Amino acid sequence: MATILIVFAKEVLENLRDRRTLASALIMGPIFAPAVLAFMINLSITRSIEDVERILELPAVGQEQAPNLVSYLRSRNIDVINYPHGRASAIEAVKAGDHDIVLVIPGDFGEQLASTVPAKIELVSDLANTQADRDARRVRNALREYSQELGNVRLLARGIDPAVLVPLNIDELDVSTPSGRSGMLLGMMSYFFVFATLMGGMYLAIDATAGERERGSLEPLLSLPVTRAQLILGKIAATCLFMALSLTLSLLSFYVALKFMPLEQLGMTPNFGPKVVFAAFLLFAPFILLGASIMTLVASFTKSYREAQTWLSVVLFAPTMPIFIVSILTLRPKLEFMFVPSLSQHLLLVDIVKNEPVNNVHVMISVVSTLFFGALLTWICARLYRREGLLG
Amino acid sequence: MIRVEGLHKSFGKVHAVRGISFDAPDGMITGLLGPNGAGKSTTLRVLYTVLKPDAGSAVIDGIDVVNDGLQARRRIGALPHGSGLYPHLTARENIAYFARLCGLRKSEVDDRVEEIIRLLEIEDFAERRTKGFSHGQRTKVSLARALVHDPQNILLDEPSSGLDVMATRSLRRIILKLKDAGRCVLLSSHVMQEVAALCDDVCIIANGRVAIDDSIDGIRARTGCDNLEDAFVRAISMVKAD
Repeated sequence: MATILIVFAKEVLENLRDRRTLASALIMGPIFAPAVLAFMINLSITRSIEDVERILELPAVGQEQAPNLVSYLRSRNIDVINYPHGRASAIEAVKAGDHDIVLVIPGDFGEQLASTVPAKIELVSDLANTQADRDARRVRNALREYSQELGNVRLLARGIDPAVLVPLNIDELDVSTPSGRSGMLLGMMSYFFVFATLMGGMYLAIDATAGERERGSLEPLLSLPVTRAQLILGKIAATCLFMALSLTLSLLSFYVALKFMPLEQLGMTPNFGPKVVFAAFLLFAPFILLGASIMTLVASFTKSYREAQTWLSVVLFAPTMPIFIVSILTLRPKLEFMFVPSLSQHLLLVDIVKNEPVNNVHVMISVVSTLFFGALLTWICARLYRREGLLG
Repeated sequence: MIRVEGLHKSFGKVHAVRGISFDAPDGMITGLLGPNGAGKSTTLRVLYTVLKPDAGSAVIDGIDVVNDGLQARRRIGALPHGSGLYPHLTARENIAYFARLCGLRKSEVDDRVEEIIRLLEIEDFAERRTKGFSHGQRTKVSLARALVHDPQNILLDEPSSGLDVMATRSLRRIILKLKDAGRCVLLSSHVMQEVAALCDDVCIIANGRVAIDDSIDGIRARTGCDNLEDAFVRAISMVKAD
C-alpha cells in the first residue's frame, strides 16, 4: 500500500508540472465543452426570438399588382421591396445566392383575384439554405394567413359563416414540465461529462505507460524491489485523481454556465442545483475507475507515445457511443441498460435533470456494474503489466 | 555475489543467449565484454528480472532471480542501457523517488539522497528539473538512482557509452570505490580498453556464448595476443569457429 502511494504521489506531482496534462484535465473538458454548449444554446435562442421581430426584406416581382397583399405583409414585419427584373432573372438570382427568396406576382394576379379564381403567386427559394428555409416559412405562413382572411371575407359576403370551414378545433395539451423539456437538450451534458472525465486522465495514462517506456525510465523502475501490480495500481490511482478533478470542474462549470443561459425563454428549467451537481458526481464517480483502467490498459499495449495518443482518442469516443445512440433513438431507462457503463450514468442523469423519480435499483445496478468492469479492467492491466513484452 | 549458469534466452527465432555461465564475486569488478548483439544486455536484463530465462539459472546472493524476483531485486542496483529520467522532476526528486520505492524510510531518504548526490558530484544540478540534461548529467543521476539504497550488487549496462573523458573518469572512480567497499560490480561494455582499465575479471561473450572468462593477463596468455584489441578479436573468433 505504501508503495502504491509513493507511485501515486510521484505521478501526481509530475503531471501537475506537465502543462499538457494540466491543460487537458483542467481546460479542455471542463471549460471548453460547456462553453461550446452555452454558445450553441444562446445562438439558437437569440435566433428564434429575433426571427419574429426581425424585419424581413422580401424582393418581389410585380408588387404593383397586389397593393393589399404588400401592406398585409408589412404588418407582419415583412417589407416588400421592388425587384426590377423579370421572373427568369429572379430565379437566377436565387440560384446564384444573390437573394435568399423572391416573391413573384404574375401580371394577371389582380384579375384572377377579382374573378375568384385561385390566384397564382410564386415563392422562389433555395430550401437547402437554412436561413432561406426559415424566411420562406415566415413568408409562406403570412401568405397562408392572408389567403385565409380573404377567404373568410368572401364567405361572409355570401352570407356564410367562415366557421363552417373549420369542422375541428384542435387543441394540444403539452404535459411536459419545464424540467422535462430541458432533459432532452441537456442530455448532451452526460456526453460532456464522460468526455471530460476521460480527457482528464488521458495524458497521464499515456505518460505512465507508453511515455515511461519511450523515455527509458520503465526499465530502471522495473528493476526496483516493488511488484509491477503496485506500480500499475499507483499509476491508475493517479489517473483516477486527475479524472475526478476534471469531472468535478466539468460539473461546476456546467453549473455556472447554465446560470448564464436564457433557458427559460425556451421553456426549460433544468434541475441542476448544487444537490444535483453532487448527485451527478457520485453517479459518475464509479465511471472514473473504469475510464482510468481502460486508458491505462490501451496505452500500455502501444509502442510509443504517438501510437498511444492515436488509440486513446478512439477510446475517448467509445463510451460516448451508447449515449449517442440512445439520444437519437430517445430510449427510456430500462433495467438492462443499467449494466452498461456510461449509458446507465447518462440515463440516470437525464432523469435527475428532468426532475423525475429515480429508480434506486437502477442506481445500484449502475454503480455496481460500472465498478465491477473498472475492477476487472484494473486486474487485467495488472496481469498484462507482468508480461515481458511490456518493455517493447 | 552473482552466479549465472547455463543461461538461455530466445526472442522468437533469435537465440540471443546460448548457455552463458560466469561468476561475479563480491569485492571485484566483473566485465561482460562483447560486440553489439552478443547477448550482454539480455544477460543483464535477466539478472535484474525484467526478462525470464528460457533455461539455466541466475542467482544473486543465493536468491534465484526467477523464483524470487522481488527478493533478488532488493539485492541489486541496476543501470539499464539508455536509462531515462522523469523530465518534470528535479534530479534530487528522481533519486528520492527510487529511494522511497526501494523501501528507505522517509527519515532516511533525505540524508541518503544528499550523500549520494555528494558522492556522484551532482550538487550543481541537483535542484534542476532533468529536462534538457546532458547525457553525462543523465547518466550520473541514473547511477545515483541505482545506488541510492546502497545495494550489494551493482549491474551496469554500458555505463560509459556516450560519456566524455571527464565523465568517464569520474564514473571509473565511483566504480572503484564500490569495489573497495566490497560490492559486487558487474558491467557490460564493447570497448576492450575500458574493461581492461577497470575489471578484475572479464567474460568475453560472442554470439550468446562465453568465449573466455579470465583476468586481463589470463586473456592475453590464452589468446597469445599482447595487444588487448587483438586478444578481443581472437577470443570472439574462437566462438565463431564452432
